[in-house]
Amino acid sequence: MNNRFWLILALVAAAYLVFWAVMLVATATYTSPSEVWNVLASREIRYATVLSLATCTITAVLSLLIAVPVSYLMSRRRFPGHTLVDAALDIPIVLPPMVVGLCLLIFFQTGVGHLIEKVIPFTYTIAGVVLAQWVIAAAFAIRSMRGVFDHLSARPEDVAMTLGCTRWQALWHVTLPAARPGMFAAGSIAWARSLGEFGPVLVFAGATRMKTEVLPTSVWLALSAGELEQGVAVSLLMIALSMIVLVAIRITGERA
Amino acid sequence: MIHVENITWHTTGFRLEAVSFAVPAGKYAVLMGKTGTGKTSLLEIICGLRKPLSGRVFLGNRDVSADAPGSRGIAYVPQDGALFPTMTVEAQTGFALRMQKRPASEIHQVVKALAAELGITHLLKRMPQGLSGGEKQRVALARALAAKPSVLLLDEPLSSLDEDTQDDLVAVLKRMQRDHAITVLHVTHSRREAEALAEVRLTLQDGRVVV
Repeated sequence: MNNRFWLILALVAAAYLVFWAVMLVATATYTSPSEVWNVLASREIRYATVLSLATCTITAVLSLLIAVPVSYLMSRRRFPGHTLVDAALDIPIVLPPMVVGLCLLIFFQTGVGHLIEKVIPFTYTIAGVVLAQWVIAAAFAIRSMRGVFDHLSARPEDVAMTLGCTRWQALWHVTLPAARPGMFAAGSIAWARSLGEFGPVLVFAGATRMKTEVLPTSVWLALSAGELEQGVAVSLLMIALSMIVLVAIRITGERA
Repeated sequence: MIHVENITWHTTGFRLEAVSFAVPAGKYAVLMGKTGTGKTSLLEIICGLRKPLSGRVFLGNRDVSADAPGSRGIAYVPQDGALFPTMTVEAQTGFALRMQKRPASEIHQVVKALAAELGITHLLKRMPQGLSGGEKQRVALARALAAKPSVLLLDEPLSSLDEDTQDDLVAVLKRMQRDHAITVLHVTHSRREAEALAEVRLTLQDGRVVV
């Protein structure tokens, strides 16, 4: 009876994984390796690949820079309106991504937006690609880090303070080292989310070849032009990149 | 001497009402009380981790109520030891001295002496994960003593240990208090611990401390 219970759960898990494996194999065999190579060797796709890798990495780091303090505050302090703020932090997760892009576009048409753009131009620029990825990726990183800090006891920090630390020192010497694997996980989530981010990037940063074209934009441009094989080739590249980078981050995180 | 004067603290489930008591210098006091009566909160107020609604804490004649936790000269050992999860036993023990930027040679000597005193020399290179309950408490004590506090607060340090380990640690606590001439406030709900250790007995009931 007990074996049957675990067998049913294993079958559900296996069915889910097989479904994914079949989809990936179907995508991988849709086109020939030489066609994939030709597409990936093109100047535009090489540019989009480099831009995707660079912007995702910058976005992941920026996401962690906001996620660590915000999630620490939400985890360790209770204040009036805490529940409201907690819910507000999830807004970018539940909003349709396209709407986020539209909000960014409209914000940068306001007076404040124009002032910011005099210092750093965002609309239809590479900085805009990063910002469009960041507004959503940061929300995922905050949610992930919140779980990390919730599971780390505050007691060691308390003890560190009685041993002469300020709160900053207790955070730096005791809590952040313990949170390091969680920070790698949150960074991975932000990175992966950014690699696939399409809607806000398209709306806010545009889809200009050799300028703001990232890999999801390449897939969209290929499909719009009816070049399915090119779309498949770029999709395969994105799958490979995600797997390589996420495995590398996981290994680095476990060693950290 | 620890002198607590009119400490008041309210929260959901319990309240401390104008709690006052004193523990003479160099004495071992045991504060007893049922679970959920505010014993841990009282310790946190004494060491400065929690701000009371009103009241004062004195060490000798010094009013430490407004002092930061680290400058009160009070060490605190929570129930589970609360060891730092990413530091070796050696690094934990020398932590307070590192924060004071003391020379490495001095830190090394103090850690070595405390490790020998508490019987944890063989654990110095270990991480806290995998240490037994008794070993964790010994490490937590060594870490607290390295700061050379005048007062040590212990929050149910023996509650999660088996009886043999409890007996070992009772002996360690007695010896430690005698050798370091330290004032100890030990919180517990165990009569057995109180009988073995208490020179001064205090009871927390209905939000007040009764001597």
